[in-house]
Amino acid sequence: MRYLPLTHTDRQAMLGIIGAKTIDDLFVDVPAEAQLDGPIHGLPNHASEMAVERHFSDLARKNMAASHHPFFLGAGAYKHHVPASVDHIIQRGEFLTAYTPYQPEIAQGTLQMLFEFQTQVARLLGCDVANASMYDGSTACWEAIGMAGRVTKRTKAILSSGLHPHYISVAKTMAKYTGDTLDTALPELSAKTDSERLLAAIDDETSCVVVQYPDILGRIEDISVLSAKAHEHGALLIAVVTEPVALGAIKAPGDMGADIVVGEGQSIGVGLQFGGPYVGLFACKEKFVRQMPGRLCGETVDAEGKRGFVLTLSTREQHIRREKATSNICTNSGLCALAFSVHMTLLGEKGLRGLASLNHALAVQMADRLTQIPGVELVNDSFFNEFTLHLPKEARPIVRALADKKILGGVSLGRLYPGVDALKNGLLVAVTEVVTTEDVEAFAVALQEVLA
Amino acid sequence: MSALNQSGWKPEMTEECRHDVKTYTGNKALMLEEPLIFEIGNNATTGVDLAESPEVALRLNNLERNRDIGLPGLSEPEAVRHYTRLSRQNYAIDLGFFPLGSCTMKHNPRLNEKVARMAGFADVHPMQPVETVQGALAVINELAVWLIKLTGMHGVAMTPKAGAHGELCGILAIKAALEARGDERRVILVPESAHGTNPASAAFAGFSVENIPATSEGRVNLDALKARLGPDVAGVMITNPNTCGLFERDMKAISDAVHAAGGYVYCDGANFNAIVGRVRPGDLGIDAMHINLHKTFSTPHGGGGPGSGPVVLSEALSPYGPLPFTERHVDGYYTLVEEETAGERHPHSFGRMTAFHGQMGMFTRALAYIMSHGADGLRQVAEDAVLNANYILRSLEDVLDAPFAHSGPCMHEALFSDDGLAEGFSTLDIAKGLIDEGYHPMTVYFPLVVHGAMLVEPTETESKATLDQFIGALRSVAQRAKAGDTSLKSAPHYAPRRRLDETQAARKPVLVWREPEQAVAAE
Repeated sequence: MRYLPLTHTDRQAMLGIIGAKTIDDLFVDVPAEAQLDGPIHGLPNHASEMAVERHFSDLARKNMAASHHPFFLGAGAYKHHVPASVDHIIQRGEFLTAYTPYQPEIAQGTLQMLFEFQTQVARLLGCDVANASMYDGSTACWEAIGMAGRVTKRTKAILSSGLHPHYISVAKTMAKYTGDTLDTALPELSAKTDSERLLAAIDDETSCVVVQYPDILGRIEDISVLSAKAHEHGALLIAVVTEPVALGAIKAPGDMGADIVVGEGQSIGVGLQFGGPYVGLFACKEKFVRQMPGRLCGETVDAEGKRGFVLTLSTREQHIRREKATSNICTNSGLCALAFSVHMTLLGEKGLRGLASLNHALAVQMADRLTQIPGVELVNDSFFNEFTLHLPKEARPIVRALADKKILGGVSLGRLYPGVDALKNGLLVAVTEVVTTEDVEAFAVALQEVLA
Repeated sequence: MSALNQSGWKPEMTEECRHDVKTYTGNKALMLEEPLIFEIGNNATTGVDLAESPEVALRLNNLERNRDIGLPGLSEPEAVRHYTRLSRQNYAIDLGFFPLGSCTMKHNPRLNEKVARMAGFADVHPMQPVETVQGALAVINELAVWLIKLTGMHGVAMTPKAGAHGELCGILAIKAALEARGDERRVILVPESAHGTNPASAAFAGFSVENIPATSEGRVNLDALKARLGPDVAGVMITNPNTCGLFERDMKAISDAVHAAGGYVYCDGANFNAIVGRVRPGDLGIDAMHINLHKTFSTPHGGGGPGSGPVVLSEALSPYGPLPFTERHVDGYYTLVEEETAGERHPHSFGRMTAFHGQMGMFTRALAYIMSHGADGLRQVAEDAVLNANYILRSLEDVLDAPFAHSGPCMHEALFSDDGLAEGFSTLDIAKGLIDEGYHPMTVYFPLVVHGAMLVEPTETESKATLDQFIGALRSVAQRAKAGDTSLKSAPHYAPRRRLDETQAARKPVLVWREPEQAVAAE
């Protein structure tokens, strides 16, 4: 077995030093009735590297890969081109096979990277500080709601109907157990968001308002009105960003008064991977830092006065505070944070702005092209790289029909909001830099065909 | 010890070499200092070539970002060098022995990385129509079947994103099961030796946490536990093998007692590596257990994640597990059960824990590892992991206090305390001394039940020669700490940094980089 270095001779010698006759002597504390006397029945034995690889190749071929077809899915996970050097860096063993930097003297690589990541995230989201990452956007969103509760000592959260339905779903699961009440609603297929509903609902009991930017239908709205009203009532504004590339083109939520900004960092540096692992972004105003969940990296000096980095403010965390911790999170998403940070460093200000501009322009052209198809209407007045179409037919079967034509043509609102009649003709279409003119044309032609 | 390794080679360092010769750059040959990207990059540089944006009328609702973000860029060669230099400031499994107790820092096979990067897995979207992702769903299902059979449990929830998320999943399933029968039990019992995530997860779901005392042997006190059970106790969270490195002999009796009193048994599966293929938790009466794929099943730790924490569930708790999950039909076709069909297929689910289907990238890796080992190899994994830990325990118990050495063989980790060190010397000094010897230290000051705990987990992927050298090194460092060798107090001497001032970091937190003038102004 190729991963096991001990030889039979080693094992015998070691048992001798331990004073055991056989390996079974080391398992004496396991009651006999719970001991298996051999390999578990019905499971295959070990396999060669080649055999395992072949099995995976066979399974991989059964999937339609985004890079092999015209591809337009978004809804919280985006396909962007990731530079080859990003994957090279994250596969360096010193990053890949290290762990949480508990011994900072020999983990400065990870710690400095996290400090750079925190700074990049804080700046991108327009906040004072950011943490070292969460599992993903949806869990970061719930953690933000929990944090707002700790800051305001209130339990009523108002969620915009433009928030990703899966994020709402996660929050609902958690709120059942924490006693928070969530004010939620379904979106309408309209250019207008539900900010009037949110404004009307904010009162002195409100802990936070949660709004996605751009929202699930792709709409972009100035959230400063919401933050002003929330602050009037002592509530916090939480902004959720599921496509951070957008922030290369549009104002940061923090700059419009959001108190906590969370996000899904997947679209920068991390591939689609069928939904995970991704990387949750979490940033806030400095005054709330001691209520933040998750790991934080901070600057300090060593015994010789040299600059160095450590994990800090750990008195918030479970390994110190146990049942009184701000979150139960331990392992976060370090390697995906590295991928995000490397990609962001390669982009830089210039690259991110260029990328955002390109995404938007391609999306505008695509929207113009698709709305030439009879019966297809654009729902949005505003959007970044993703917009909602109103089709003359139910969108979900259309997506399947497009897949039969080898086109991965967006996410239907029927998939996101099953059983909601008013939304079933909606189709979310995302357009990034990977989409070619030929892809657009292929999609437009195929869509017209399947609608006919 | 003369035989530091099998070849007999020993690093030599003459007195002359130790002199600190100042260099112009501050670098020392391969020890290279590296500034922050904010100090070397700038707004005008990019390492990415993009197509020109076509001219269009913007539809951004007049919300264009109108001031600099402050994101410095580097060209590709500069970026590769920056991160390569940073990487060399890290200790890692690929570099050497990493006996971090409770973390199972075993070798991370590169085959795992290769299969995870196949386009059919790495490049599929979580919301593609299910007919276009049958291979991905097959991977999830195949891994699920392995996990169920290896643990002897009834079902498995695949979506939890890491161990602590898995604990939360198990706790929510318990809460949902209690609610389904209209039971308002509010207490979860947790041993003092538990990981901090256990009480934190229980508290999240509104349970109050009470400690279970341990015996002098380092195991759960069954009588005390039984005495505390009652109509207010929702369940227990027990780590088995426990964090003292011991198997909970009474586990089945604990489970039976908890069940008889109407509660549920959660098992923290962080230490599953010790028993995989030899013991099935399902045979011990466990209702829920998370499995850290990044521990037992070799997916990379990545400097702090991503992890993955599927939760195996008993027949009693399976109906309450989270959405979504995959279903295999008789014809081999896979479907997803999400909110849409949950009412019919999984009506008692407590709901969704994360946006999509869990850590697919970790599932591929873990399945590749499991298939590589197979049922026979996984059993050997547990045996070698336990053998290696006992070898360390018995080779060092004469020089380091091993508080539970009398309690029988350890499982996959050996626990020592700071008892017997010279006045003023602590576990921390031993850890830092090990850094100078070229090792990542063991887990220190955990579990809390032992003073100055040192928890050594060698894993099965270490050779006898590696263990022998480590035993020699730890023996030497322990002897120095017992003899009061003051040079140990200032260790590490040879790491990229000396001891770091954690107090200052927490008192005046600097969590992001600011331009020097801004930093001054902020003070």
